[in-house]
Amino acid sequence: MAISITEAAATHVRKSLDKRGKGEGLRLGVRTAGCSGMAYVLEFADSINPEEQIFESHGVKLIIDPKSLVYLDGTVLDYRKEGLNEGFKFDNPNVKGECGCGESFTV
Amino acid sequence: MALLQISEPGQTTAPHEHRLAVGIDLGTTNSLVATVRSGMAKTLPDASGRHLLPSVVHYRAHQEPEVGEAALAAAAEDPLNTIASVKRLMGRGLVDVKRLGELLPYEFAAGDTGMPRLRTVSGERSPVEVSAEILKHLKQRAEATLGGALVGAVITVPAYFDEAQRQATKDAATVAGLTVLRLLNEPTAAAVAYGLDQQAEGVFAIYDLGGGTFDISILRLSQGVFEVLATAGDSALGGDDMDHAIADWMWTQAGLSQHNDRHAQRRLLRDARAAKEALTDADSHSVNVTRPDGSVWTGMLDRSTLQALVDPLIERTLAPTRRALKDAGLRPSDIQEVVLVGGSTRMPRVRNQVATYFGKNPLTNIDPDKVVAIGAAIQADILAGNKPDAEMLLLDVIPLSLGLEIMGGMVEKIIPRNSTIPTTRAQEFTTFKDGQTAMAIHVLQGERELVTDCRSLARFELRNIPPMVAGAARIRVTFQVDADGLLSVMAREETTGVAAHIEVKPSYGLTDAEIERMLRDSISHADADMVARQLREQQVEAERVLEAVQAALQSDGERFLSADERARIESSMAALRTARAGSVASVIKQAIHDVDQATRDFAMRRMDAGVRAALAGHRLDEFRS
Repeated sequence: MAISITEAAATHVRKSLDKRGKGEGLRLGVRTAGCSGMAYVLEFADSINPEEQIFESHGVKLIIDPKSLVYLDGTVLDYRKEGLNEGFKFDNPNVKGECGCGESFTV
Repeated sequence: MALLQISEPGQTTAPHEHRLAVGIDLGTTNSLVATVRSGMAKTLPDASGRHLLPSVVHYRAHQEPEVGEAALAAAAEDPLNTIASVKRLMGRGLVDVKRLGELLPYEFAAGDTGMPRLRTVSGERSPVEVSAEILKHLKQRAEATLGGALVGAVITVPAYFDEAQRQATKDAATVAGLTVLRLLNEPTAAAVAYGLDQQAEGVFAIYDLGGGTFDISILRLSQGVFEVLATAGDSALGGDDMDHAIADWMWTQAGLSQHNDRHAQRRLLRDARAAKEALTDADSHSVNVTRPDGSVWTGMLDRSTLQALVDPLIERTLAPTRRALKDAGLRPSDIQEVVLVGGSTRMPRVRNQVATYFGKNPLTNIDPDKVVAIGAAIQADILAGNKPDAEMLLLDVIPLSLGLEIMGGMVEKIIPRNSTIPTTRAQEFTTFKDGQTAMAIHVLQGERELVTDCRSLARFELRNIPPMVAGAARIRVTFQVDADGLLSVMAREETTGVAAHIEVKPSYGLTDAEIERMLRDSISHADADMVARQLREQQVEAERVLEAVQAALQSDGERFLSADERARIESSMAALRTARAGSVASVIKQAIHDVDQATRDFAMRRMDAGVRAALAGHRLDEFRS
């Protein structure tokens, strides 16, 4: 089981962490919320919990708890521009359905 | 699917509940909107990649107004309906606006509230509405970029903005449908952008040279509070003046004398500006001028020539800078960090001169056009609740003291300048005359001792005070300033509970230069103010004594006084009236003392009679307790 990050997203994360001045890496996860079952968590991580797994990809530590990993296995985190908006996108092969806005999903 | 941003640990929001907040730099020439995304504060560009939105609104008949570049393009063809630099009109009265009118080509009409209105093809528009159009445009840009509705915005205002100008800015946001999380002083925002608020304490200078205005602010940070120690500036000095200096030089070099062709002038200014910007990196830049006869002059503008042209203008910024430091009681070496704001501070020569003056290199790594908006965005992010609690919330202070008028045309300060806001202060006042049933509350802002030297913000009346002898009524006046620096005043008579209250709304105002002058004057006139205050105090006291003695003479003069005694009292009163008309406090004080002496026996006899009257008809044991 693994997760990874694209070069573009990694560059962006490294810049953000740099600017922030602290942080071990990026914490990815899922939690139950939203209009369609699950929602993604994307946060800076200041510490790593013992049960969490770490995947290093393009120089960025991706930190994830085992429960979330089940839902995110094989996910590639990308950074995209869509019109004026720009941000991170989870390319998650486990997703069976998304709500219209794409902020939550089901597996 | 939606694009996500990185949150602070534990701050991930539920889907559709992102707390989107922006910082807005609502500028005289250009405006910007910024937000914090994935921990980084950035200004948001439009679809063409432009971050700066020209603060220009073009009104059209039966159509939505144009804002920004499109409006700017219309300025030449349709000057009367294209409103630029509206910030200069915010919170101002018609009188002030007329004075500015020489600079602004608009037609003004008086509104019912005293607020000036601009005549346009789509009807009369107040400066608040014009500003609202700019804010609306930025709000739309932010919502399109962030993909959701904003919870609120932090909007920046100059440190010298008074209550009326702040309220006008807040009103504009309301009209634009924006929730104002906080109004933030521009220099404070610039300091926040550089993270200076993370230090324990310090003294900072914010040097802001924009297109058409120059501001210098000296800030002191202590315990999370930014205090504005001094501000100064020049409301008609900026990068535009540099462009004009270069354009004039080019024109003269081309062997031409006068230029009254507006079209040629505009092109010349554009080329001058391009040359100026090119010389930020290059050592020389080729320029040319097309003469009216079609021939072309080509020359080189090098850095030393440019320096000679702009040095007098840079020198003009150093005069207010010196003044601000003097007002703050500081030397250049006391300043720990210098922050540069405004596009004109990109010029290497400006940076050098500022560095030389303060003896240290200024902070320049954030784009000087964007630094204020970025600081505002950082504040907005905290206020919207996207940061853990540990993050310190920035406090602000009021720029000028708030007070009210008391007898004799004096100002009693209720909230002193540089108090942290929000704040509430109350003070008790009383009536001056017997049977007084109403009291006029005149709210003032400024540092001087006399009403005539301060700015009038509002007046209201407290009525239905029960008739009592002078000095018996207890009227509690409460001044409250909210987190945006907006003022409300309440007066309440304590025994009956009658109350009156007012919120300070934009009515009329002063020019930037006048506000700046008010601050300066308060320092340079400190001695004269003290003397004036003492004089007024004695004059008021004289008035009170004369009224009291006159009333006593009228009621009891016949009973207790011989003609001789009465004449002596009256002559002392006449002497006091003469002294009161003069301008020496000590002379009035002496005359009051003389009246006191002359009426001593009279007062004792009245008191005795009063006690006798009160006791008459009672037995002694009635008074035993």
